[in-house]
Amino acid sequence: MLYREAGQFKATYAEDSQIFPIRQDRIGFWVLMLVFGVAVPLLTNEYWLKAILIPVLIFSLAAIGLNILTGYAGQLSLGSAAFMAVGAFAAYNFILRIEGMPFLVALVLAGVTAALVGILFGLPSLRIKGFYLAVATLAAQFFIVWALVKFPWFSNNSSSGVVTAQDVTILGYTFSTPEAKYVLTFLIVAFMALLAKNMVRSSTGRAWMAVRDMDVAAQVIGFRLMRTKLLAFAVSSFYCGVAGALYAYTYIGTVEPEGFNLDLSFKILFMIIIGGVGSIMGSFLGAAFIVLLPIFLDNFVPMIFGDALGAGFVSNFQLIVFGGLIIFFLIVEPHGLARLWQIAKEKLRLWPFPH
Amino acid sequence: MKLKKTVLLGAIIAGLLGSSLASANEEQFIGLPSYRVGPYAAGGSGLFGGWIDYMQLVNERDGGVNGVKLSWEECETEYNNARGVECYERLKKKGSTGNSVFQPVSTGITYSVLEKVAQDKIPMVTIGYGRTDAADGRVFPWVFPMITTYWSQASAIVNYMGQKEGGMDKLKGKKIGLLYHDSAYGKESHAIMDKLAAKHGFEVIKIAVAHPGNEQQSQWLQIRQAKPDYVVLWGWGVMNPTAIKAAAKTGFPREKLIGVWWSGAEEDTIPAGPAAKGFVAAGFNVAGANYPVIADIKKHVYGKNKGNMEDKTRVGSVYYNRGVVHGIITVEAIRKAQEKYGKGKALTGEQVRWGFENLNLDDARLKALGATGFLPPLKITCADHEGPGKVKFQQWDGNQWKVITDWVDSDRPLVRGMIEESAAAYAKEKGIKPRDCSKES
Repeated sequence: MLYREAGQFKATYAEDSQIFPIRQDRIGFWVLMLVFGVAVPLLTNEYWLKAILIPVLIFSLAAIGLNILTGYAGQLSLGSAAFMAVGAFAAYNFILRIEGMPFLVALVLAGVTAALVGILFGLPSLRIKGFYLAVATLAAQFFIVWALVKFPWFSNNSSSGVVTAQDVTILGYTFSTPEAKYVLTFLIVAFMALLAKNMVRSSTGRAWMAVRDMDVAAQVIGFRLMRTKLLAFAVSSFYCGVAGALYAYTYIGTVEPEGFNLDLSFKILFMIIIGGVGSIMGSFLGAAFIVLLPIFLDNFVPMIFGDALGAGFVSNFQLIVFGGLIIFFLIVEPHGLARLWQIAKEKLRLWPFPH
Repeated sequence: MKLKKTVLLGAIIAGLLGSSLASANEEQFIGLPSYRVGPYAAGGSGLFGGWIDYMQLVNERDGGVNGVKLSWEECETEYNNARGVECYERLKKKGSTGNSVFQPVSTGITYSVLEKVAQDKIPMVTIGYGRTDAADGRVFPWVFPMITTYWSQASAIVNYMGQKEGGMDKLKGKKIGLLYHDSAYGKESHAIMDKLAAKHGFEVIKIAVAHPGNEQQSQWLQIRQAKPDYVVLWGWGVMNPTAIKAAAKTGFPREKLIGVWWSGAEEDTIPAGPAAKGFVAAGFNVAGANYPVIADIKKHVYGKNKGNMEDKTRVGSVYYNRGVVHGIITVEAIRKAQEKYGKGKALTGEQVRWGFENLNLDDARLKALGATGFLPPLKITCADHEGPGKVKFQQWDGNQWKVITDWVDSDRPLVRGMIEESAAAYAKEKGIKPRDCSKES
């Protein structure tokens, strides 16, 4: 009833090709931006900002990165966490070693460093495909973490290999409160998500999708495979790298190479599978699902069972429920949460008088 | 049905808002960032079980600390840094006075919250792990790497070898293998071992084992070729039993294979089977149930069926006893802080921090606690947040750990010098002005 596009005419090309062609969507989008950009930092407490919202945003960014590579360009990767590590350590070293390095520049350079490493490990994708490529990117995962531990230069000769992120200062203002860090993260993630959305709608994104759907056909109609695939690797790693730098600077505050292990790569992969492969919005939904569900279960499960069962059982039970829910979602909606949202929208357009 | 739903919903909301049903009595809240699943579960369940049992003992036997009951809540971290930070934030405001102490039992989580604890004024105690140079309390007022650190441990192990050889000068020209877990944790041993090697004139052969370490053929081939006099096993998890079995296969005497405290538990030796017989490991706590404190736990806690361990045979194991040590130190710090800030009152984290900094567990106090020989006497000061830096060595006799030495000292001047150097570098990097300890009361 409310969600109806009758009477909304598109008179210009710009109107036709905008991200949200329906006015209600645009209003909803700006309401959402205001809620998360203004209301949330003003109203929520430190726990929500520091422990839940900031990580959800950062993992969303990493998931967008992987989604570009896997969802849009069709190249399976298991190295996302390693590219995050490259970004985190690159940002640390740029700020440490270059006097007066501005934070945002360091963030971009961290992304560029990750992109270069990404291109290097993307080279095998020109010859191998599918699961074999996944194994090649697995090598990136192990190699990068190993290299960061092996060469003490990366961690400025810290005896334990752990580095502490410097203060985040932009134009003389130090982002130290959780609210400030949240807003900074929010703005960066929102900007990059917008960028990603436009990228996948443009000729670049179409080239990726053509390669994903059938690379021989894409080549025949004139896409250069090498350029397209490596660009996907570069952009994807750039996003992961920036996410890694944010992880270090606005979230945890300290980073160690082991923190970016294979488990994290799998987690990011699960985020896009649950959220929706080939969907920017799905990256956000998936990240929220994977970050929030274990925390929710950790609060919820002990409350139901209380002390009746041992603490060990409760912890294990959470994992069982977590796994079970993932399987349930994949059976009910194999295309992820983003697809569920799309179905809901389609139903809403007809509501309350479906055919 | 409707009622049931409403009740359930209410319970969910109550749980999400935190335990709003706090009782009116004075309670001291302790947040436990435990891990009972994942690769470290064997250690975590034993350690947190022992810790909870000791707090239960204080509540059951003594009615709390001067009448203040201890309350606690577990938060599952899965040994994951991000989850650990979430737990830290979740637990810090719980209870009437907030979380009194944070002990993550994970080096990664320690680093992740290192700066947060200073802002939130919650002391962090890291017993036998964490950031070694935090032992300099002038730079790290909120962090307590108590009893002993990795560097002290490495030095104590070398001292033990010296004892075995009949004098430190006999170590000259010897070869010591260092079989380490190839991670930040394993590399923590390098700097100190190099210094000790230079000082005593022995040679260190560093051999890395990639995580998880269930394949060590080439490493032990290297050891066989180098023929070291001792091998230090700086391992973790499945790497330990694998190393012990490989030592047996290569014919390396297990008596000369010396494990660190994360390599010397029942979980490491039992999977190795008979090969583990004779294996020696360091520990800042000992195994065994024949201590009065463990007997009390059996009587007051397990006797009333309030024990935390599902497998009761693990009471008295290395990890369980380590948890009891965590419990003893936490409770004694709260007791000490109550002397200053008021007996029978729930204290804030800031007040408990004073208790940790002025903690003095001398022989008399340990005897009163029924823990003589269970952990070394411990005295913390403003400058020294570590304490004795001593370990005992235990040997696996095929069935259980047997203590074979008294408390073995570390090379305090050397280790302390390294700690101060490293802490000063950190203070400079972060722009921290070290405290003047003569002005602390």
